[in-house]
Amino acid sequence: MRTIGIDIGSRYIKAALVADGKLISFDRRETGCEPLEICRSILGDIEADRVMATGYGRHLLEVHGDIPTVTEIKAFARGARAFFPACRTVIDIGGQDTKVISLDVDGRVWKFEMNDRCAAGTGKFLEVMARTLGYDMAAFGALPADEGEEVRISSMCTVFAESEVVSLIARGVSRSSIAKSINRAVAARVAGMVKRFPAEEEIVFAGGCAHSPLLRGLLEKLVGKTLFVPSVPEITGALGAALCAVPESA
Amino acid sequence: MENQYETIWKELGLNLENHAGLLGVLSDAYTNIYMAQKNRPKGMEYFDFVVSEIHSLRIKEIYEAKESGRPIVGAFCIYVPEEIVLAVDGVCIGLCAGAEVGSEEAEKFIPRNTCALIKGFMGFKLSGLCPYVELTDLIVGETTCDGKKKAYEIFNEITKKVYVMEIPNMKSPKGRELWESEVIRFREKMEALSGKRITVEGLQKGMALVNAKRKALQRLSALRNADPAPISGLDALLVNQVSFYDDPARFTRMTNELCDELEERVKSGSGVAAKGAKRLLVSGSPMAIPNWKLHAIVEGSGAVIVGEEACIGERNFRDMSDENFATVEEAIAKMAGRYLSIDCACFTPNNERLDNINIMAGRLHADGVIHYSLQFCTPYMMEAFKVEKSVDRPFLKIETDYGMEDFGQLKTRVEAFLEII
Repeated sequence: MRTIGIDIGSRYIKAALVADGKLISFDRRETGCEPLEICRSILGDIEADRVMATGYGRHLLEVHGDIPTVTEIKAFARGARAFFPACRTVIDIGGQDTKVISLDVDGRVWKFEMNDRCAAGTGKFLEVMARTLGYDMAAFGALPADEGEEVRISSMCTVFAESEVVSLIARGVSRSSIAKSINRAVAARVAGMVKRFPAEEEIVFAGGCAHSPLLRGLLEKLVGKTLFVPSVPEITGALGAALCAVPESA
Repeated sequence: MENQYETIWKELGLNLENHAGLLGVLSDAYTNIYMAQKNRPKGMEYFDFVVSEIHSLRIKEIYEAKESGRPIVGAFCIYVPEEIVLAVDGVCIGLCAGAEVGSEEAEKFIPRNTCALIKGFMGFKLSGLCPYVELTDLIVGETTCDGKKKAYEIFNEITKKVYVMEIPNMKSPKGRELWESEVIRFREKMEALSGKRITVEGLQKGMALVNAKRKALQRLSALRNADPAPISGLDALLVNQVSFYDDPARFTRMTNELCDELEERVKSGSGVAAKGAKRLLVSGSPMAIPNWKLHAIVEGSGAVIVGEEACIGERNFRDMSDENFATVEEAIAKMAGRYLSIDCACFTPNNERLDNINIMAGRLHADGVIHYSLQFCTPYMMEAFKVEKSVDRPFLKIETDYGMEDFGQLKTRVEAFLEII
């Protein structure tokens, strides 16, 4: 059986095609302001028996396409388990929310934490900060962790932190130091969420932000454990949804 | 033609344009959330009607009561002894505090980071949207939290009619003494306000009315034990919300009629959700009308809310007042004791609440507990940690306000919680 999982996030729409439990192909496009059109175009390109939607915009497809949904919590748990069968904890720094999911030995979700309300300390926050400092995301995430001056970013609010960054720039602090501080601040916040759990190993760092070696390194240091990153971390949710679409396991 | 209500609103000094806007929003929200529900009990028609007339017919009734010389008392807390208000033939109403209105106005007097309920009652008054507050002769505040305490000072500067009851922090002998003296002081206040003596007969009449209302609400709560649930959480919450501003005798009669119908449903095994639908207990901060946000999210996700461990809910009607007394003093002492059994998070310690949550969860066969705190409602936000440790079933903690910007995030959380159960 061929199933598609489609993960409609706030920044990107990700799709994964699975046949007989194996990942066949995947796709990722910017969400923009016409997500339904993008979903239709992605789905129009692939043949499958079943589709399952997840992510922030999942109900869009439920309403417009009668497609069943699963929360990103369950989808990420499932997807992380597909990449790393021994996974017990999943970290995802998404576009507009950050989540930490705790799984039991059999891979079932037993607890999760999500950040509250706003974009504080999420992927969107990192994106805005990178842009303010003139980095693309790849360069932003590739900065060395322990070089340059230590500065403190105290605000996690995208708006306030941006003005904090502006005043640091005005003080003459190097942009690489500021960039590291921002990553450190996000890592500290996520590590705080991880520490509310027993944080059993293996811990999987999924979602697009897992591409950042800087963030991963900082998080590993703060959590004190190794983080495993899937080969394509950003499709973890879509893959999970595709696996959830298979009837006997959904 | 200007209708009779507009004449009253104008006389009360409401901002007619804003008020029309508020009623429009309320009516849309009600249609989307309430009228979209399936298989509602017929007895809810009365409550639909009451909501549709929330600022009209009921206001006219209270207006006429006031004209006839009955004192009108507004309150924000279930610690205010309604029996005493009724003993002098007064009208006791819970004031508007459940919507995000007039925030800009409110923020001229109180900080931005204030709980939505406090901001709500300030906003309703300041933007001229609450006819109830304008009709009151006395607004009774209480010292249940720092935010309310300080807000009442400001509210008094604006309205000149706030009276504050001091609620102790501990249920110690000293605390009990303090509270009883506060109930006595309130009795004197109501006597002065109404020009009437409080008598044993007056108190008996008041107590009978309030106890009958509590009994009807207890009956409704007990009917929610059944699987399938005979009534949605949204509808049951609404009945509880309406209990704070409807005429008590009529409310009791209509709630009992609703319960008769629900009893038939339970007997025939029919309900609003399929048998075996996931059942949740909500516990925490009060949800003042029209705050239906969490219930709408949960029930929109296919589960059913079977109980509210909250002030607008079980805490309001769990205990009866003792109607056996020979003197006014005895009645007041017993009544003070009854009120002090309320397990508000403003007390320390407050272990009764943990017990009550577990008892309720068991009785209602709840599959999980959602702890609901209004943002900046420190007493409940803090107790949530204890509650999480004490409940023996899946638990989800939510902090939110009246705004809709976190609707998507909350829906994800609630749905993921339901997937776990």
